[in-house]
Parts: sequence; C-alpha cells; structure tokens
Amino acid sequence: MSTTDFTVTPLPRWWQNRVVRKFFGHRLALLGLVMIALLTLACIFGPYLLPYDSLYIDLRARFAPPLTGDHYFGTDPLGRDIAARLLMAGRISLLVGFFAMLLATILGTFIGVVAGYGGRVVNAVLMRLVDGFLSFPTIFMLLALAVALKPSPLMITVIIALTGWMEVARIVEAEVRSLREREFVLAGRMLGLSQAHIMIREILPNCMGPIIVAATLTVARAILLEAYISFLGFGIQPPLPSWGNMLNGAQQYLGSAPWLAIIPGAAITIAVTSFNFIGDGLRDALDVRNDNF
Amino acid sequence: MAAFLFSRFLQSAVLLVIVSIIGFLVLYLMPGGPLSQYALDPGMTQEDIARITEQLGLNRPVHVQYLDWIWGLVQGDWGTSFRDGSPVTQVIARHVPATLLLMGSSTVIAVAIGTWIGIRGATHRYSGFDYIATVGAMIALSIPTFWFGLIGIYVFALRLDWLPAGNMYTIGDGSVLNYLHHLILPSIVLALVHIAIWSRFMRTATLDAISQDFVKTARAKGVSERRVVMKHVVGNALLPMITLAGVQVPSLLTGALVTETVFTWPGMGRLFLDSLGYSDYPVVMGLLMFSALLTIVANLIADITVALVDPRIRLA
Repeated sequence: MSTTDFTVTPLPRWWQNRVVRKFFGHRLALLGLVMIALLTLACIFGPYLLPYDSLYIDLRARFAPPLTGDHYFGTDPLGRDIAARLLMAGRISLLVGFFAMLLATILGTFIGVVAGYGGRVVNAVLMRLVDGFLSFPTIFMLLALAVALKPSPLMITVIIALTGWMEVARIVEAEVRSLREREFVLAGRMLGLSQAHIMIREILPNCMGPIIVAATLTVARAILLEAYISFLGFGIQPPLPSWGNMLNGAQQYLGSAPWLAIIPGAAITIAVTSFNFIGDGLRDALDVRNDNF
Repeated sequence: MAAFLFSRFLQSAVLLVIVSIIGFLVLYLMPGGPLSQYALDPGMTQEDIARITEQLGLNRPVHVQYLDWIWGLVQGDWGTSFRDGSPVTQVIARHVPATLLLMGSSTVIAVAIGTWIGIRGATHRYSGFDYIATVGAMIALSIPTFWFGLIGIYVFALRLDWLPAGNMYTIGDGSVLNYLHHLILPSIVLALVHIAIWSRFMRTATLDAISQDFVKTARAKGVSERRVVMKHVVGNALLPMITLAGVQVPSLLTGALVTETVFTWPGMGRLFLDSLGYSDYPVVMGLLMFSALLTIVANLIADITVALVDPRIRLA
C-alpha cells in the first residue's frame, strides 16, 4: 500500500462549525450580509468622502437631478446633496433599528423566560398582556406614543421596542415551556440550583437559536417602522435626516423630482430585504422550526 | 361546541379588559391629557385650570378615573371631538366605511393571488416558480407600503395617466365605476404585503395537508392528481387560513393608515393622523380602542367560523 505523501491543511476551526458552513452556503443570506456590511461602511465613512455636507444648503442648485456634477443622487428642494443626506440618514435609521431590536429582544426574552418558567398564574398574566399588545395595530400605537412622548431619536427607539417585543416573548415562552421538563433542567433542580440560575444559565442558552433569528427579523421590522412614522412626520424630526423623513415631502414633487421619493425608499427596501435574507439564512442554519418561511 | 364557544367568549372579554388598561395608560401619558385643549388659551388662569381639573375629575385616583372611563366606553360615551364637538363615535362611524372598503378589496386581491401562489409553490416544490415566489415574498415584505404607493402613483397616475393619483371619487361623479377606478391602485398597494403573507402561509398549509394519510389514500384509490389537490388538499389547507384572516386585521389596519395617507383616502387612518395633528385626543383614543376592538372581534369571528367549518371541533 502506498502512503499518501501530501498533508491536508486543517480548515480553520470556525469553518468546521456546521452552523457557520450552512449559513455561508445560503446564497441570499450571504448577499444580505454583504449588502449590510457595505451599507454600514458607506454610512460610517461615506460622509467624509463626499464633496458636500448633508446640511449644506445651496439654493442655486435646488432640484438637481441625479448625476448633476458632483451630486451623484441629485439635490433636494433646499439644494442639499441627497447622497450625503442619505448616508447621514442611514446612520440614524440603522442605529435606531439596531438598538430598538436590542431593547425589544431583551424585553421579549425576559418576559418570555419568566412566563415560560413561571407558574400558571404568571404565565397567564404575561401571555394575555402579550395578546393585548398584539391587538393594537402597530402604527396606531406607535403614533399615539410618539405624540405622548417627545420624539427624540432615543424615544423613537424606545417606543419601537415597546411595540416590537411581543413576537420574541411568544417564541421564547414556547421554547422555554418545552425545555423546562427536559432532563437537564430536572437534574439542575435536583442539584439544588436556584431558579434564576436554571433560567439564565441552563434554559436560556438553549433558546439562543430562535432568539437570534427573531432578533434579526426585528431589526428589519424596526427599520421599516421608523421609516413609517418618520414619513408620517411623527418620528425623527428634521433637520436630523432619516430615510423615512427624507420621503416626508417627496410626494408633492413626485411629478417633477421623482428621485426625491425613489432613492431613500430604495435604501430602506435594500436594508430591510438584506436583514430579512440574513434572518432566513440563520433560520436554516440554526435549524429553527420553519413556520411561515 | 358550547364549551368551546363559552371559553372563547371569555378569552375575548379578558382581552378586552387588558386592551382597555393599555389604552388608558397611553391616554394617561398624553401631555396635558384632556387639559391640553385649554393649555394654549391665554385667558386661562391657574385657578381656571384647577377648577376644570376638579370638574373633569382629573384629581381623582387613577383607578377611579379608569373605571369611570371604561364605564363610559361601555355605555357608548366615547367623549366628544375637540375639533368640532361632535361625539367621537359619530366621527369614527363616518370614516369606517372607506377603510372597510379598502381593506375588503385588498383582502380579496391578496387571498386570490396569495392562495394561488401558495398552492402552486407547494405542488411544484423547489421549482423555479417556488424559488421566485419565496424570494419575491421576502422582498415584498421589505418594501415600505408608502413607498410602493408613491412609485405606483408616479408610474400609473403621473407617467401613464391610467389611474387617479388619490381621493375616493371625483367630485361631482358618484358613479360606481368612478369609485372602482379610484379603488384599484390603493387596494393593490395595500395588498402587496398580504399577498406575500398569504402565499407563504398557504404554501406551508398545503405542504402539511399533502403529507397527510388521507391524501395517500385518495391517491391509492386512483383519484386524479388534480382532484386530489383541488378537493382533498386545498380544502384542508384553507382551514388555518380562516384563522390567519383574523390575525391579519391589525397589520391590515397599519397598512391602511399608510395607504390612506398617500392616497388621501378618507378613512380611519387619515382621521387618526389628522386628529394627531390637531391634538384631538378623544378621537385618537377612540380610534386606538376601536382598532383593538375590531381586531379582537375579527379573531373571535375567525375562530368561531373555524369551529363551525371543522367537524373535529364542531362535533366535539
């Protein structure tokens, strides 16, 4: 028998992980990841590379169509450069989306774990609360809260989270309820571990898959909701740009300057689609039960 | 069946109480609350404000105020609009038909197209059609409704001039055709997201039904594939769709608000935004409560319909 005289370089450890390989095998998820990475980099560094400041008003250059001189995406009714505004708006929209997701996921996970692990009364109270919040059309609730509380970017983030935690709570509750009767939890109880320890150290890590998927889809939802309320004039307030409020006055110029509407909307659609693709890829990779998608 | 109905009604009643508490807390958060209409009046002294607070009972404990408010709601006293002094119930009732018309027509579109895509995707699983439908649904769910509306107006109203850019009818022309002409674009815009949702759920439900034993039995008996799908599979797959129709009401209302804004459609969503602009809190609160009520009632009706249609529940 001849011996093989070539050596196989072992693949890096992270690449051997089944989840990682499966995720990177998902073409759309990869596309989403690349798009978000590019968008994030553009929003971070882009404003320094563009010739115009996002707040610079040039009344001689109002309504310039895309590709006029250095205005790659044209200018708005005040002659401000749309490309610069788009990237500054992206910073706000992506940050609001990310932090709203973080808050909603933490709140939803907390309520879900407590409801799933707690007794019947605790479970009934919390889950009916979830049902109650889900009974309101999101945008009605968001607008009412936006008027009640002052609409600063922080407040917008908080109220989007307040209307977006219920899905996560439901997913986590169902997961925890199925896990709480498993042997490792019983073993933990027999060892005399505290309730909090079992909830946080034993059960929670086993729910991470569904939580991560739900969190990714929540970013998409949060970006969309911020765009809705900012478009309606109750979200991020000018002069601070967001993708939603850039569209705010666009309808009246639709006939003469359609790019005012098309460009920011395309940015929203690309960002939200990318997060939805990533969420779909993660769902496949993490083997989360595929309910609708 | 009777036991099912009883427990289902009880659930809805509990939910109504919870929803009313959430709604009341939002009302309580409003800046100045019911007093805000007087706050801008320069003739108001501190004593006047205190007197009105006393008269409106705003200095009572929160739970007493809540019980008083909820008792009013139950009796049909939803307050009066700050804007024109007419009862909130009347103001809302004037705007409900336009919204229901929009929601109804777009649901018809969404169900028809979504169901077809879902069945075809499931019966031709992993085909090119299925792949495009899956990706298309994800993109459709990511498009902001108002942006899709603006693009629709730009293309079909401004460029092609086929459809009107907004409003519910042309003033002076009240014909049915004129209404329909104005209805086309907004209902398609509102339907887009729901076509995606319906097609995904219908695909899953059809796949669930296809793997059932009775389908194997039907095939084994030599029933043609077309008949198996149309009769045995689709009939069973449509059952969970009834529940979905109820669940979709809040998202339909959210979409309706945005669509109505873009198309200046005189419905509840438009009213909600206008009322926010005028700080007309009684109408805002009324709409918030009414929309939640609509959701709860729709879910109740959906569940009862499923119970009536499904012999497994009906005969239990």
